[in-house]
Amino acid sequence: MLGLNSRDFKLFIVVCIMALAAPILLNPFPTASALGESFNAGYPALMQRFVIFGILVIGFNILFGLTGYLSFGHAAFLGVGSYAAVWMFKLLSYNVVPAIILSVIVAGLFAVVIGYVSLRRSGIYFSILTLAFAQMSYQLAYSVFTPLTNGETGLQVYNDDPQILMGANSPASPHLFGLEMNSQYTLDISGWSFVFQNGYYLSAIFLILGFYLSIRIFRSPTGLMLRAIKSNQTRMSYTGINTKPYMLAAFVISGMYAGLAGGLLAAMDPLTGAERMFWTASGEIVVMAILGGVGTLVGPVLGAGIIKYLENIVSKINDGILHQWFAFMPDFLDNALVSIIHPFIGKGWHLTLGLLFMAVVIFLPGGLVQGGQKIGGFFRRKKTDDAADGAKTPAE
Amino acid sequence: MGILEVKGVNKRFGGLQALGDVNLSVQENTVHAIIGPNGAGKSTLLNVLVGKLIPDSGSVMFDGQSVLGRKPHEINQIGISRVFQTPEIFADLTVFENVLIPCFAKRDGSFKMQAIGAVTGHSDIHTTAEAILDDVNMLDKRHMTAASLSRGDKRRLEMAMCLVQEPKLLLLDEPTAGMARADTNNTIDLLKEIKEKRDITMCIIEHDMHVVFSLSERITVLAQGMPLVEDTPENIKGHPKVREAYLGEAQV
Ligand SMILES: Nc1ncnc2c1ncn2[C@@H]1O[C@H](COP(=O)(O)OP(=O)(O)OP(=O)(O)O)[C@@H](O)[C@H]1O
Ligand SMILES: [Mg+2]
Repeated sequence: MLGLNSRDFKLFIVVCIMALAAPILLNPFPTASALGESFNAGYPALMQRFVIFGILVIGFNILFGLTGYLSFGHAAFLGVGSYAAVWMFKLLSYNVVPAIILSVIVAGLFAVVIGYVSLRRSGIYFSILTLAFAQMSYQLAYSVFTPLTNGETGLQVYNDDPQILMGANSPASPHLFGLEMNSQYTLDISGWSFVFQNGYYLSAIFLILGFYLSIRIFRSPTGLMLRAIKSNQTRMSYTGINTKPYMLAAFVISGMYAGLAGGLLAAMDPLTGAERMFWTASGEIVVMAILGGVGTLVGPVLGAGIIKYLENIVSKINDGILHQWFAFMPDFLDNALVSIIHPFIGKGWHLTLGLLFMAVVIFLPGGLVQGGQKIGGFFRRKKTDDAADGAKTPAE
Repeated sequence: MGILEVKGVNKRFGGLQALGDVNLSVQENTVHAIIGPNGAGKSTLLNVLVGKLIPDSGSVMFDGQSVLGRKPHEINQIGISRVFQTPEIFADLTVFENVLIPCFAKRDGSFKMQAIGAVTGHSDIHTTAEAILDDVNMLDKRHMTAASLSRGDKRRLEMAMCLVQEPKLLLLDEPTAGMARADTNNTIDLLKEIKEKRDITMCIIEHDMHVVFSLSERITVLAQGMPLVEDTPENIKGHPKVREAYLGEAQV
């Protein structure tokens, strides 16, 4: 179906359903309940981050997952994409179409240059080169390029910007041919309220398209070549294959995904700053990919989702909320539990993330997807020939 | 004129003269063996032929074109394939995927962007890949990860990967090293069969004299980077200089 084999097609359908039904699925608890207030993630601002960072890491995985080349400067493409999009808002209008197109193109061109230079080296030297480029971009955004980036203030749209395509009654916020990104529809059903936002759905559609494209790339001859490069570059060149253009193609495609993510971030909220390119942002992408499962198809989306969930949900939990949950316990137990959990919540969410990350790297080197497969395999004992087939294609 | 003409090739590593004024002429559609004691420069010579090393001086002509200065993938594309002393295969990929890659390289050249259609859609490539795996009796292992193969099977896989490209010249660096006797004999049979079936020139480095004398039509003896003699297997067997330099230590 759709040019996918049946396993991939099922996976694709699952991802489609998850993305489209996220406003419902991510609100498992009644909105006003204590659990709902703490754990519901189905609000637009967070869901947007799930899918946009999902797109970013899907792209990153095309490079790192397939070829094994670890880019440590991927946030640079995200940042460049955002700047390009905001410039389109400033110059043309708030329509997101030109903004998103330009963000992908600009990030792609940027990736050609950085990729061409960085791919002269492999391994750790490649990573260092990409990191150096990204940090350079970050620093330059504050100095030489301030006319383009507006320095520390960040780039945003001002009333006196040209916006030459802006009609008299065009919306004054990002929109898709009049469909405003931040307008939403709320559905209230007995205690639950589900929010369906245009911006979220635009991003979700891009996630679905990006995911579909990544499956196609994984299963294509070029995908096979990229995996072979990861496996043995020497054999590649003695098999008559020029690995350079394949690597550059993977790098640029991956940069374009990041540019798309950057463009979407700007489309959700039309301002951006250089901090989007800071090295910690690049590091976060790497962590997301490894946590979810490098080289797997859904791993990146999963990793991005989990980290954004921890960042936004666990970081909001405080001692007060904990006391509320444990109110039914005797006081001494309540206090003891709260003081044990205290370091892992609120600002301590990084500790939770760190422990989770270590556990995954040590016990599930294939990421959470591998964990899922282990559990899956435990429950349904598959036939051995099936398993042999599974070994042939990279895991989902 | 042979299909491969090596003239006056020198290669130094620091103070070590790994190749000293090597001349070699390999005739089309023959099996030419290169023998010599450890460290004689045999692998170094192959490295020059495939573009891994650039010699300090000399010329290498293949099929009327100069090989020197070309990149390894370009040399492969003009018809030279190599089996390595330690097998170079795609260890993380399956056996079948391992042979798919040279099939694509043969059909599509050194680079072709095909990022959308599935690999499974290229039925011609699948047919060729299956045929070659059948030729080397590995069709039943097609779904196995290459890393999990036995040493002998890794070598056979690498051989299949080279053969499927139908090279004009196949370079084999100790193709039977580390193989059990039975596997060695299978390899000899396989190489003989290949020779009968296709127009192919082979250049084979080998320590196992049984393999050398079963297959080759010409033999070049290399010692300390210099070609000592070049002759037919019969003459090499009785050659006093060869006995002294090399065969004296090995059982013939
Ligand atoms: N890249 C290199 N750098 C330095 N010295 C090298 C290099 N490659 C080979 N040598 C040296 O050149 C000499 C010839 O090595 P080569 O590998 O060609 O020998 P060989 O005939 O293939 O031996 P063997 O039968 O053990 O495989 C050896 O002394 C080796 O140490
Ligand atoms: Mg050698």
